[in-house]
Order: sequence, then C-alpha cells, then structure tokens
Amino acid sequence: MSIFIDQTTKVIYQGLTGSTGRYYGLLNRDYGTQVVAGTHPKKAGTDVDGIPIFASVKEAAEATGATATCVFVPAPAVSSAVMEAAEAGMELVVCITEGVPAQDEAYFYNKLKAEFPATRLLGPNCPGIISPGKANIGITAGHIAKEGGPVGIVSRSGTLTYQALYELQQKNIGVTTCVGIGGDPVPGTSFIDCLKAFEADPETKAVMMIGEIGGSAEEEAAEFIKRSMTKPISSYIAGVTAPPGKKMGHAGAIVSGGKGTAKAKMEALTDAGVMVGQNPTEAGELMMEIVAGL
Amino acid sequence: MDLLEYQGKQFFASYGIPVSAGEACQDVEAAVAAADRIGYPVVIKAQVHTGGRGKAGGIKLATNSAEAREHAGNILGLDIKGHIVQIVWVEVASDIAEEYYASFTLDRSAKLHLGMLSAEGGVEIETVADENPDAIAKIHVNPVQGLTEEACRSWVEAAKLNPAATEGSVEILMKLYTAYVDGDADLVEINPLILTPTGEVHALDAKVSLDSNAIYEHPGYEKYDETQPRDERELAAHKKGLQYVGLDGTVGVIANGAGLAMSTVDVINQAGGQAANFLDIGGGANADVMAGALEVINNDPDVKSIFINIFGGITRGEEVANGIVEAMARVKLDSPIVIRLDGTNAAEGRAILKPHLSDRLMMEDTMLSAAAKAVQLAEG
Repeated sequence: MSIFIDQTTKVIYQGLTGSTGRYYGLLNRDYGTQVVAGTHPKKAGTDVDGIPIFASVKEAAEATGATATCVFVPAPAVSSAVMEAAEAGMELVVCITEGVPAQDEAYFYNKLKAEFPATRLLGPNCPGIISPGKANIGITAGHIAKEGGPVGIVSRSGTLTYQALYELQQKNIGVTTCVGIGGDPVPGTSFIDCLKAFEADPETKAVMMIGEIGGSAEEEAAEFIKRSMTKPISSYIAGVTAPPGKKMGHAGAIVSGGKGTAKAKMEALTDAGVMVGQNPTEAGELMMEIVAGL
Repeated sequence: MDLLEYQGKQFFASYGIPVSAGEACQDVEAAVAAADRIGYPVVIKAQVHTGGRGKAGGIKLATNSAEAREHAGNILGLDIKGHIVQIVWVEVASDIAEEYYASFTLDRSAKLHLGMLSAEGGVEIETVADENPDAIAKIHVNPVQGLTEEACRSWVEAAKLNPAATEGSVEILMKLYTAYVDGDADLVEINPLILTPTGEVHALDAKVSLDSNAIYEHPGYEKYDETQPRDERELAAHKKGLQYVGLDGTVGVIANGAGLAMSTVDVINQAGGQAANFLDIGGGANADVMAGALEVINNDPDVKSIFINIFGGITRGEEVANGIVEAMARVKLDSPIVIRLDGTNAAEGRAILKPHLSDRLMMEDTMLSAAAKAVQLAEG
C-alpha cells in the first residue's frame, strides 16, 4: 500500500495551462498518474494535450470524479486556488507554488482546519508526493524512485527529498510513498501527519525522515515518535554548520536565538530512538541496516 | 526583511500607532538642523540592523545644538558589531513613567499568531522569558477570527499593566495586530511601549520584519529589500538573483536546492574544511545561471576551491554539464572545480564533462568524495 495517493487517484491540475503546470502535469501523466483535468476560468472547453480544461475545480470534479488537485498557479493566486479546491470537496490539495506569504498560509491553514477538515493540504512550496510505480503528483523525477517498499520517506526539503530517494534506489531499497511537506512556515501537512499515516500503512515497515534547521517541527515529530511510533526511522537534518540568524534560502530554514538548531533536533530524534546520520548518505546507510534487520 | 527603527516607526505610523516625532539624517549638519526644528531635549539614535545600540554608545540625549552636534558626530560612522552607522534618527525625547513590551509573531508550532505583552519592558524579552516567564501575558490569535477588542482587553488585563495604560494599550495593540496582518509582517515588536506621566501610551522603539514573499502586495517594500545588510559578495549575488549567504571558509559552494546547498556546507565541514558560502542556484542550472554563480564565487578572494554539487531531479544532467562547460569558457576562474553530478541523465552529463576534465576541473562519484577532494584542494 501507499499513503495519500495511489494509481486510482484522479487529479485535477490548477494551472495546467501555464508553462510550469503543463510541463509537470504531462510528466506526471507520463508517469502513470491519472491527470484527468485542468482548470482555468477563461479557457473552459479547451484542452492541454488531450486533458480537458474546466472553468472551476467544482465543474472538473463533477465531470471526472477527481478527488485531488495539484496547484501550479502563481503565488498571489494560491489562497483562492486552495480554497476553491477545498470548497469543491477535494480530499487532497498538493500545492507546489513557492513564495506564498506566511500570513496567507496561516489564514488558509486555519480556514481549512475549521471548515474543511476532510481536505488534506500538502505544501505550499513542496516538491509533491510520489507513490513509486503508482502515481506522482508534483515535480519529483519519477525514475529516481524504486517502487515497492518497505520504506516511507517524509522530507521538508526539495532536493534532499530527491537525494533520499536516490540513496535508497542506489541501495536497491523500494519506497511505498515519498512525501515532500515543504519548507514553509505553515505547511499544510506536517511530519507527524505523515508519520501517523506510515505507522498505519501495513506495507511501510520503516521511515526515512529528512529535516532541516529552523522551527520546531522535528522536535515535535521526535515527541510523537517517542510516544506512538513502533516502526524504525533513520533521519538526517540539514544545516548542522549553518550560522545562527542567517536565512538559508527557505523561509523555514532559519535559526534564531539558539532554537531550531540542527544539534537540538538531532538530539531530540536520537533520544526518541531514531538513527540519525550526519549526511544523507549516512542516513541511507542507516536505513540499509534497518531494512536488513526487518 | 528587517526594517531599521525609523522605517519601523514610519510603518507603525501608517497604521495609526503613535510614535515620537523625528527625522532620519545622514550627516551631522542635517541632524543638528533636525534637532533644532524638533526642539530640545532630543534623542539621537543609531540606525543599524543589530541590537545593543545603547551599550555601544549609539543612543544619546542632547539638550542643545552643541550636544546634538557632538553626539551625531560620534554616532555617525560608529561601528556597532560590524555595522557602520550611516543614518541617525533624531526624535523628541519622551518622559517615561513605565516601560512595557508588546509583539506579534507567528507561532509555528501552534500555527496561530502569538501576541506577547509584558509589564517588564525596556529589557531583553528573552531575559524576562527565562527569569520570570509569568511576567509575559500571551494570546494566541486564530488568523481566521482575528483579534477581537474583547480578547485584546482581557489580554491587557492579564499582563497587569498600570490601569492608566489599559485604554491606550488596547487601542495600540489592535492597530499593531492590523499592521502585522495587513502589512504582511513576520514580526512586529514594540520595546519599550511606554506610559508617559500624563497617561499617554506610545511606541518608543520599533522592530519590524516584513515577509519578502509579500512584496507583490506592497510595492513600497522594494526599498527595504534594497537596504538589507549584505556584504559585497551577497550584494553581487543578490543583483544576479542568486540565493547566496556569505560564510567564512575557503571552499566555494554551488548546489541546486536550499536543502542540498545546506547539506553541501555540512559535508565540507565533516571533511575537515569550511565553506566560503551557501549558494542555491535553484532548479534551472543553465549556462547563464552557472556563469553568474561562478563569477560571484570567483570574486571572493578567500575561495581556494569550488564544489559544484548537483542533483538532477527534473533538471537533466546534460543540461547541467553543458552549462558548466559554457560557463567555464566565459569566466576565467582562479580556483579548481570539483563536480558531483547525480540524478537524471547523470551518465550523459558526465560524458559531456569528461573531455574537459583536468587539474582545474575534477569529477567525483559521490557527494562525500567530492567534498573531501574540494577540501584537500582548498588546503593544498
């Protein structure tokens, strides 16, 4: 099994008519994802390489039976795109777009939580989600992921998500699902949401978790792991050598006042029984040991 | 984007929050003229992107023109923790009865806004939080509901301010919340928020950090982005649109993706070296981007070797390889390059690089071996 998406998931692409949406939408379709529709308020009735365009998510969902969307619209349009998807009853909204203001994210996160609890938002500013061999929603290169199991991956960083998939592929280890939760201050889906889902998934036997400096998401995950996870975990936290107070590209990757350091996160995870590597390769090697012992 | 105090005060004033009247000045004559206009006593305050100004002699009271001249002269050009003072803010001196602390920021764990208010202002709030956490009244605000006046009032009461300050504080905090949300701020902080002997409440300082992702909603914020403190290397990179942070080591770093770039800095450290920078070229590694990145790194005199760490996800290996070859033809480099290229079409990319390999351009199979090589070259 996989978590959140599989080969039966039908997906609408919000922003399919834009250059980025089109590029990845078609790549996702080539991978095997059921890309059933796109939306654009003024281009209803047209198509993108045979994929029909509807005026709204609601109309697209009614016509196709889709339960998920992938958002590629520009940052200023993200709030309304996410709300539109939720109002149309989508179960999963994967938002790839980066550069969304934190105030917007805080608003729609809480709006969804209160009024649309059945909608899971992934992102914004994330690489998406892939259940190898089944479906790929977002910008991950499908061929670097080995299908099957027994490992689930959850990562806060884009390229390190690929690095993690690649480390496992090099070691001939399959992946049930790889979720990129994104590095923004208010991610729709957290480490804990993914860990819970992996814990409940019978085919996932172990989890690889990639974090980075800033915030306290890894520390909270460590608390959860200690309390509720029975499956073994290997981990890597990027930014061990980052100087305090400096932003490292991501909105999320900032260390302030001694909080959110890689060291604190690594200690919390180790204390929770997680095997923590000093770099992605080491985390992959640790996972190889874990898998060998399953 | 962090604002200077005077920019923060202008930001507050635009949302109706009372601040002291003042003027920003770049030279002594302008500062004296401003002080004469404002009327004595005035406070002359260094405008720098760092704390500890008072201790460093960057905040002085002047009671006449001669003192204003002396203080402005001393403060302008002063080095405060590596920041040279280029602007002073001259403002009317305030009578202070009591000093409070107030702020709003995002609580990332709770995913709600967090307001903090304390009767113990004027000192570092971290110290108050450590020594007397009960002295800070906290309120979580759900962004969907916003801050109601009723909730704000109970929050102010919980902070046990002087009752004379209650009405003025409620009014300012409501406006501060609006400034925080509508102004797309990551942080708004008033320390101290003061109560004057005549019972007025106003902001004596302003610490504001704005969300650079929201510039499209506030075109006026571009001017703040341009005045962020950057060293020469960071300035050059910023002009080329590159995500660059200057560090102190000798190994130049180019990677695609923030996480991988941070990880590259980590593995250089683990190999016994130190990175000269963090540089994320993002998803597209074409020749223009690569040449721009190499130029910035090449201009750093401390750089002794360059580590290009690329993981091709959607970015294809042959594109990256062609970009590097073309960029090397355009930029005359002082330091040798070590490349690690993995992911999509890595084999094709490596084949393109192969005929160009020399003691100036080396290729390694893994991230760790490449880091070791780059460190060895930097020390060699």
